[in-house]
Amino acid sequence: MSAPTTAIRSVSPARWSAPRQSETPGDTGAQPDETTADDEYQRDQSPQAIVVERLTKVFDARPVLRGVSFSLGQGRTLALLGPNGAGKSTLLRILATLSRPTGGRVIVMGHDLAREANAARWAIGYLGHQTGLYGELTARENLLFFARMYGLRDGAKRADALLARVGLRARANDHVGKFSRGQAQRLALARGMLHDPAVLLLDEPDTGLDEDALALLSELLDERTRQGQTTLFTTHQLARGLAQSHQTLVLLRGRVAYDGPSAALDLAAVCDLYGGEA
Amino acid sequence: MRLAWGQLWAIVGKDLRLELRTRQVWMSMGVFALLALLIFSFAFDLRVENKAAVGPGALWVAFIFASMLGLGRNIAAEQERGPMDRLLLCPVDRTVIYLAKVIGNVIFIGVVEAVALPVFAALYDLPIITGLIVLITLLGTIGIAAVGVIFSALAANTRAREFLLPLLVFPIIIPVVLGSVRATEALVNPIHGDPPWLGLIIAFDIICLSVSAILFQFVVEE
Amino acid sequence: MQTVTRAPSGALERDTARARPAEQTRPGWRTGLAGAMKRYGPYAEAALGAVTAIGMLLTIWAALVYAPTDLIEGPVQRIFYIHVPMAWLAYLAFFLVAAASVMYLITRDDRWDWFARANAEIGAVFTTFVLITGSLWGKSFWGAWWVWDARLTTTLILWFIYVVYLVVRSFWGRTAQGARNAAVYGILAFFVVPINYEAVTWWRTLHPSEVLPLGGTPQLPPAMVIALLLSLGAFTLLFAFLLLQVYRLERAQATVERLRAQLEEE
Repeated sequence: MSAPTTAIRSVSPARWSAPRQSETPGDTGAQPDETTADDEYQRDQSPQAIVVERLTKVFDARPVLRGVSFSLGQGRTLALLGPNGAGKSTLLRILATLSRPTGGRVIVMGHDLAREANAARWAIGYLGHQTGLYGELTARENLLFFARMYGLRDGAKRADALLARVGLRARANDHVGKFSRGQAQRLALARGMLHDPAVLLLDEPDTGLDEDALALLSELLDERTRQGQTTLFTTHQLARGLAQSHQTLVLLRGRVAYDGPSAALDLAAVCDLYGGEA
Repeated sequence: MRLAWGQLWAIVGKDLRLELRTRQVWMSMGVFALLALLIFSFAFDLRVENKAAVGPGALWVAFIFASMLGLGRNIAAEQERGPMDRLLLCPVDRTVIYLAKVIGNVIFIGVVEAVALPVFAALYDLPIITGLIVLITLLGTIGIAAVGVIFSALAANTRAREFLLPLLVFPIIIPVVLGSVRATEALVNPIHGDPPWLGLIIAFDIICLSVSAILFQFVVEE
Repeated sequence: MQTVTRAPSGALERDTARARPAEQTRPGWRTGLAGAMKRYGPYAEAALGAVTAIGMLLTIWAALVYAPTDLIEGPVQRIFYIHVPMAWLAYLAFFLVAAASVMYLITRDDRWDWFARANAEIGAVFTTFVLITGSLWGKSFWGAWWVWDARLTTTLILWFIYVVYLVVRSFWGRTAQGARNAAVYGILAFFVVPINYEAVTWWRTLHPSEVLPLGGTPQLPPAMVIALLLSLGAFTLLFAFLLLQVYRLERAQATVERLRAQLEEE
């Protein structure tokens, strides 16, 4: 049996920043700023972009999320990790207002999703497993349509700018149905960012992307941080995920196994966590 | 409010553009409607005496079944995984989505009806092409679409979508069937003291539209 | 092998049960009522069952013996004492389905869903009997197994609505989506029924010959009225009794499913 470090509990960063130190169960550890490696990690100071409290989601007697709690400050990027079936996609869908939680509270940019979901949608962008694009429309038409849905006056300008940014200007007038997976993913990214959302949720955005597109994704994430916007993404590329995020949340079977600065984790620790799942 | 208006027409425009691009559903609906009319004329062995009695009924049965085809495909086009994720993500009132879908479907089915009506008038030799038929057809189609849109969203993503949709819709649209057929008959054979069938259809439309507009959000949520 | 360490016991139940925000368990009238129901419940139920049985027996006697034979229609008219109460209850059940559906959509409390489903199942059965008795009566009165009488036709449509409701239920099983879908259907169908009735009545006024004298006549002899009221009361009791049983059945099935899901978790 592995060390107590694999006990599945929501732990403070102090524990995890010192897997090399000996520790006893129940040791809540030293103060966060003593041992945390990431000195930008100010969980309680900055205004929170996302606050999740005791979130549960039950699909017809089958619990998928069991009391997830975490918060994410504005201008930060969070990597959501976990093995398949941990509930990552479900959590993202709930944050994107596409799914209603069974219990608990979710607050995005100050809006309680239970009551002000429509108001919150202005501030949320989402890229899911499906591209969310219309195959029979062209790339430009897709973006223009969604621009109208968001009530953007300068939709055409934004569409053109984003198409150029994601490197699809050449294919602006081609039907999306003919795009490759990577191209469709890029366009979906553009669509998610069309209305300049304060919070961008990405569910495995790196699938199907080639090296260029991955670099583009990195750039976009950095830009967002510089502009004070918040991003949350899931990935199975653990190393890249840790490198590109300020904060990491690891889900195991619907519960939070780790919630803390990404810098305090390394690949081995994450694999340990994954392995702790029986 | 202006935003909702813009969103409404954006969705209608998008749906129409999608359909114009593929044209599949329109074609199959149109051909189906015409075939249905043809089969009815054989099944009922049309003669001079009975065509006024049989004709309007055959017409509306053809319209209703063609609508079922169209509604099923229309909502299916919206699904990839999870009903209408793409639209639900946007800050748009679910009522706006519903009304946009109803308008889109009315236009959609209306085109098929516009083609089928002259053919019907010719085949069955009934003088129904007056201004009033447009009103009757419009109101009847609104009723069918109002019920059809919410139920096709309900049945979307299911294995037996094609059979579930008619099952859900038919018992509910009986007043529309009665009203439309009787009103169409009245065009051919005006009867004294005929009850105000159009008024009935209008009442049905209003009630169904308002109730469904409120209930739609419960159908599409997860 | 170390399994996932479970949070303190009860959390799983709390998670999988209908999750509501943490409420203070202050003893209020609700807890008092629940407590009373627990203690006296079985007795009340037995009492209800007994009263129902007595009522039904009395009704049988009243319908067959006490009430006078109708001069025009003969003994077959006694079907009236079954037909009318069941018809009224079938429509009442439908109203309750719609009302419970509205409450379910607002509160998302599964108990409303169980209540709606129970009403639908019983209502469907009652409607079937209404149609059968109506058909029998029609056969004896008109010599035809079916007449397109306005009320009978509306009841036929109601029967189809019930059947489709139950199809929706069975199609989606015991899922939240199924409950929502059935609720939406039930509510929409309810709003349509009055229009339906109007439409069919107008339709039938074109053919006034086919109207069944189904108890619309105002001058019934007092003995008949008493028998009818007795029958109405007895059938209502029966309805309540059956409702209770089916509701408990629904609740038991839902609990079984939840327990089974919990077991599968481990």
